[in-house]
Amino acid sequence: MALPIYASPLEKVWHWTYKAICAAIFVFLIAPILIVIPLSFNAEPYFTFTEKMLSFDPEGYSLRWYDRLLTFGMQAPDAPRDWSWWRDVLANATWFDVAWNSIVIGVFSTILATVLGTLAALGLSRPEMPWRRSIMAVLISPMIVPIIITATGLFFFYSKIEIQKWGVPYLGIIMAHATLGIPFVIITVTATLSGFDHSLTRAAASLGANPRTTFFKVIMPLILPGVVSGALFAFVTSFDEVVMVLFIAGHDEQTIPRQMWNGIREQISPAILAVATILVVVSVALLATVEILRRRSEKLRGLSAG
Amino acid sequence: MVAIDTSGGEALGGGLLTTADGKPLKQALAHAQARARRKALLLVVPLLAFIVITFVVPIGQLLFRSVYNDGFSANMPQVSAWFQETEAGAEPDEAAYAALVADIVASAEARTIGVVGTRVNYEISGTRSLFTSAGRNAKDLQPPYREALLELNAKWADPQLWGVMRSVSSAYSANFYLAAMDLARDANGDIVRAPEDRRIYGMLFLRTLWLSALITGLCLILAYPVAHLLAVLPLARSNLLMILVLLPFWTSLLVRTTSWMVMLQEQGVINNALVALGLVGNESRIQMMYNQAGTIIAMTHILLPFMILPLYSVMRPINPSYVRAARSLGATSWTAFRRVYLPQTLPGIGAGALLVFILAVGYYITPALVGGASGQLISNLIAYHMQDSLNWSLAAALAALLLAGVLILYWLYDRLIGIDNLKLG
Repeated sequence: MALPIYASPLEKVWHWTYKAICAAIFVFLIAPILIVIPLSFNAEPYFTFTEKMLSFDPEGYSLRWYDRLLTFGMQAPDAPRDWSWWRDVLANATWFDVAWNSIVIGVFSTILATVLGTLAALGLSRPEMPWRRSIMAVLISPMIVPIIITATGLFFFYSKIEIQKWGVPYLGIIMAHATLGIPFVIITVTATLSGFDHSLTRAAASLGANPRTTFFKVIMPLILPGVVSGALFAFVTSFDEVVMVLFIAGHDEQTIPRQMWNGIREQISPAILAVATILVVVSVALLATVEILRRRSEKLRGLSAG
Repeated sequence: MVAIDTSGGEALGGGLLTTADGKPLKQALAHAQARARRKALLLVVPLLAFIVITFVVPIGQLLFRSVYNDGFSANMPQVSAWFQETEAGAEPDEAAYAALVADIVASAEARTIGVVGTRVNYEISGTRSLFTSAGRNAKDLQPPYREALLELNAKWADPQLWGVMRSVSSAYSANFYLAAMDLARDANGDIVRAPEDRRIYGMLFLRTLWLSALITGLCLILAYPVAHLLAVLPLARSNLLMILVLLPFWTSLLVRTTSWMVMLQEQGVINNALVALGLVGNESRIQMMYNQAGTIIAMTHILLPFMILPLYSVMRPINPSYVRAARSLGATSWTAFRRVYLPQTLPGIGAGALLVFILAVGYYITPALVGGASGQLISNLIAYHMQDSLNWSLAAALAALLLAGVLILYWLYDRLIGIDNLKLG
């Protein structure tokens, strides 16, 4: 937005004030995310910038908190770092363990949410769909209902059906996380389908394609960007979810957020900031993927010249 | 497929259009429509079933819990039966005491006397030990039971205790809702306000509403200029800035809360910067965390993208020539904004404000970490009753009240904005 040349001095002042306000709000949005990154390299066990860090003295920075993440929970953290040391890390390091749990739970709940959510979005986008609005409202509601309520309800439900005794590891958490991820899949896939031309499926059918071929050759390529970004949303939701895990997980079902939660409650050590930094890097990567997909989707649907 | 047989139509008489196989067209169309509808429904059914199992049924369970607690009635059958037979307010006779003692003995043997005591304790605090200690001694009691029991503890004759036992002798009761609304029953079973020192839930509901409204307002004030800037910039540049809005959205909630703890604490970044700049003395560092300020700041940051995105999607299509026309007709920039631009953004304001408010009302993690005692919301109290005080029925009743509020707001959102207009990124 350029300022017109005939702007009065007062308007010029207002224009620059407005830009300064916007800049300040952007700082407010981003600063808390960036601040943890340098602090996680702090050589001292503090949460604040030391003199040495501010003067960019290399001695003020170290990788000790990342090292701490790796060795936390190991049997012999001080052993020489040879092959058996790394085997010890893989077998015992707590953060390794919880990261693995988070990934397993995230992947399975994402698959569940994406498959069910995409099918439902396809049904909801059909013009013949009855009770469309009410069904949509029900399917989106896990996002709206406070998580503590869902978690409390699931706690009663799971203890009644004794899901822990079914012998399927993580089953309860995976289902719960899938429920929370489903609204995101529905919203993104329906948005992609909103510009979808239904005569394409009819054209495919009239050319002799069976429904399966139509789905995989015509519909899927067009909605894939929406499906993938929905899946990423679902994965992030699961990867970030702590209340559910606190309420319904078994003792050995630790995830990254639960471990962070415990760490923050007991005493924050800068090791938490190292985890936070890693998570920020992960979210930047995911955001970049979604952005690329969005642009691709717009190009495919001819919405932008891109 | 429906093929229209135009040639045979008249031959069949009645001027009715029919398909190739002789069915009336109207019927065939209805048939095809019904089939298409079934197919569409079939695609939705698996997810609907899943949501019912993992979401609707559990919430039903929660609602059931909020009116059902058999901690007393299941373990004290004889005295419960006596309550059934007598009128409310009846003086407990020797039969009642005999039933009570027999129940206590049986319950102590089954090791459930603690559950019974806890159930009564929810209604009158300090009575759990009355039951557990009676459980240890009741075996040796001899008739007449009334005197024997009173000798153990004179509290057993308390009419309020008997009133409470009567009210908990039925597994179903609305008492948890009464407690959640700071109400109680007196000895006669009438509903009265809870003693002043126990009226905490109403205050907490009010605080939750007030803080959520404040956070929504702050989000709106911060989001409006940013969304406007994003909407008027050329697409390439606004996409770049949009990433700055979406990054917090994609960053873990715990990461953002941790960062705020790092920033806000007494030895934290902001305080250090203020001290270094000489704005604040080293001794008078500002307490920005473990109080309401912490909750407000961190939640405003976390919910801000939910306000920016709907505002942006409404502002982007607004044609700038309307404002220019207003200006050229002599409106000041303030009038042009107020009378031309602002009304066009009202749907976005409504959508964002409702969404942020709904999400804020149910927040748990952030207040728990940075809120201290004064920054806790109703969700934190539900978690407290679930995990620490173990009064699950009260937690369920509080959750049900919160749920009712949220569902009303959600219904409003769907009516005003339409849930299918929700967009993310």
